[in-house]
Amino acid sequence: MTDPITHDAADWVAGDAVILDPTGLHARPAVKLTKLAKTFAAAVEVRADGDERWVNAKSPNSVMKMKAAHGVPLHIRANGDDAADAVAALVALVERNFDV
Amino acid sequence: MSDIAPRILSGVPVCGGIAIGPIHRLGSAEVGARQATGDPEAELAAFAAALSAAKAALEQLLESEDELAGEILEFQAILLEDPDLIEPMEATIRAGTAADAAWAEAMDAEIRAYRESGEAVLSARADDLADLKRRVLRALSGEAEEGAEVPGGAIVVAGELTPSAFLALDLGRVAGVATVGGSPTSHVSILARARGVNLVVGIAGADGLEEGVAAILDAGAGTLEVAPGVARLADAETARAEGASRREAAERHAREPAETADGVAVKVLVNIDDPAILETLDPAICDGVGLTRTEFLFKDGSPDEAAQLDFYRRLIAWADGRAVTIRTLDAGGDKPIPGITIDGEANPFLGVRGVRLSLARPDVFRTQLRALARAAADAPVPLKVMVPMVTVPAELEAARAILAEEVARLEGEGIPCAMPILGTMIEVPAAALTAADFDAGFYSIGSNDLVQYVTASARDNSAVAALADPLNPAVLELIARTVAAGAAGGVEVSLCGDMASSPRLAGTLLKAGLRVFSAAPAEVAAVKAAIREARTGADG
Repeated sequence: MTDPITHDAADWVAGDAVILDPTGLHARPAVKLTKLAKTFAAAVEVRADGDERWVNAKSPNSVMKMKAAHGVPLHIRANGDDAADAVAALVALVERNFDV
Repeated sequence: MSDIAPRILSGVPVCGGIAIGPIHRLGSAEVGARQATGDPEAELAAFAAALSAAKAALEQLLESEDELAGEILEFQAILLEDPDLIEPMEATIRAGTAADAAWAEAMDAEIRAYRESGEAVLSARADDLADLKRRVLRALSGEAEEGAEVPGGAIVVAGELTPSAFLALDLGRVAGVATVGGSPTSHVSILARARGVNLVVGIAGADGLEEGVAAILDAGAGTLEVAPGVARLADAETARAEGASRREAAERHAREPAETADGVAVKVLVNIDDPAILETLDPAICDGVGLTRTEFLFKDGSPDEAAQLDFYRRLIAWADGRAVTIRTLDAGGDKPIPGITIDGEANPFLGVRGVRLSLARPDVFRTQLRALARAAADAPVPLKVMVPMVTVPAELEAARAILAEEVARLEGEGIPCAMPILGTMIEVPAAALTAADFDAGFYSIGSNDLVQYVTASARDNSAVAALADPLNPAVLELIARTVAAGAAGGVEVSLCGDMASSPRLAGTLLKAGLRVFSAAPAEVAAVKAAIREARTGADG
């Protein structure tokens, strides 16, 4: 269910993963996602399919307020030296269903 | 303390049994005023120090807590390092606002946004944010966290209790907790259920009680009896000891199926009235969900279709292949919802409530039915939907027609959906007497309203509480007739009112022919234990 990681014109590295958790992206997964994003120097942003706005993946409050239910594709992008690693790590976390 | 008049205060039962002990009052959640320095640099330093003090305190609490508490505390701790949240506050402080004002204002805006989101998962987190707001304000004003020195065996009484103040109590030493505010669906209630703490919320006047006065907290009945006499204390102690040992024995067999002493299999379903309980409740203790009270979805206004669908899917996923029954909105009567129910009715229990309101306000009803039909599309077993307060078959047919219209509309839009099994609640005596006339997929007896209407005793009037007796022969007769109508027509009959959650009534209901119980989560184990001891035969 994952698209290959792509580089776009503005130096953003992007990837997608589908949220498997039946309860969606609520507190526990949101905390895990932001903690992982913070381990990278790159700017990391996420967006639920259907939303227009990208939000800071290092902000638990912003991620929590994003509506991302079960089965929704989550778009992830990063910009910076370790951007590719950051996107790969976040995609993998979502695909592992946040290690629940 | 002998000159204090004995009296009984009533509230809303949450969980647990009987607790006996002296009253201990917790300090208010209000934080004292703080003197700002007036220097932005000093304010920034104070802010940073308060954030790290709050974080250290949360991390210390975290070490000793289990998973749900851990989730609540971890979410609060990580918010303290949220750049999107903290950096704008720092900018405000740098521009001359006092640290406490900058923090409180920004947090109030977030708390409002969470509360008004219309999403249950999010609005449940508003309490966490309020808790965090208070914690940092306390750190800024240099006040100590309360709760450390509660006398052992006390009944803790508080106005409002935040999740972290609750967790800061030494729960192993506390006999019970009573609050003026709160609701059975708040985080504190969920934490209490998971920990087996005796808790009653919504007790008006509890915060005015005197420190050290003897009291009996009955968390099953939802009462706090203050300054009871010696005889009452002795009775309560006997009931407490019996309840505790019964509960312990029952919990050991909660996950096993219920079968009567004479070998009849009985299904025990669970009532869900709070989405957050799904985080702690093991579906293996029940045979499915017999009642989902969707009123909680409407507590901050009408949720949209997507928000409702989110919850219904989550509930179905939680049930893990077990049957799920969801009741359409049952507003009105003692459950007014601003903007939906009709104000000023002379007699709301006999007025426009339940399905009557749904048919009078079809916009709200249609949104809910669409979300339910969409949730039914991917349910592993057919989703059951039931309509409350049905009096005549025409109401069920009107509901079915609207449901069919919405299913057709969804199909036209190419949105996956399925027609749920449509059942009727049996809680109006007219429906109980004519159950066979209803073309229903199942009957679900709502005993709370049935008792109220059969005995003409309002549920919210304590002066007639003794008359509202579930064992009144007329009530039992109507239950037996409904069960018989179901058996004759091949329609499943369950009972989802408080009667099904009362272990002492299990034998009576089995004799009336009932084979499907739907009980409150905390009572499932005890009800199963009572069923195992009972016989279905009239001679048992």
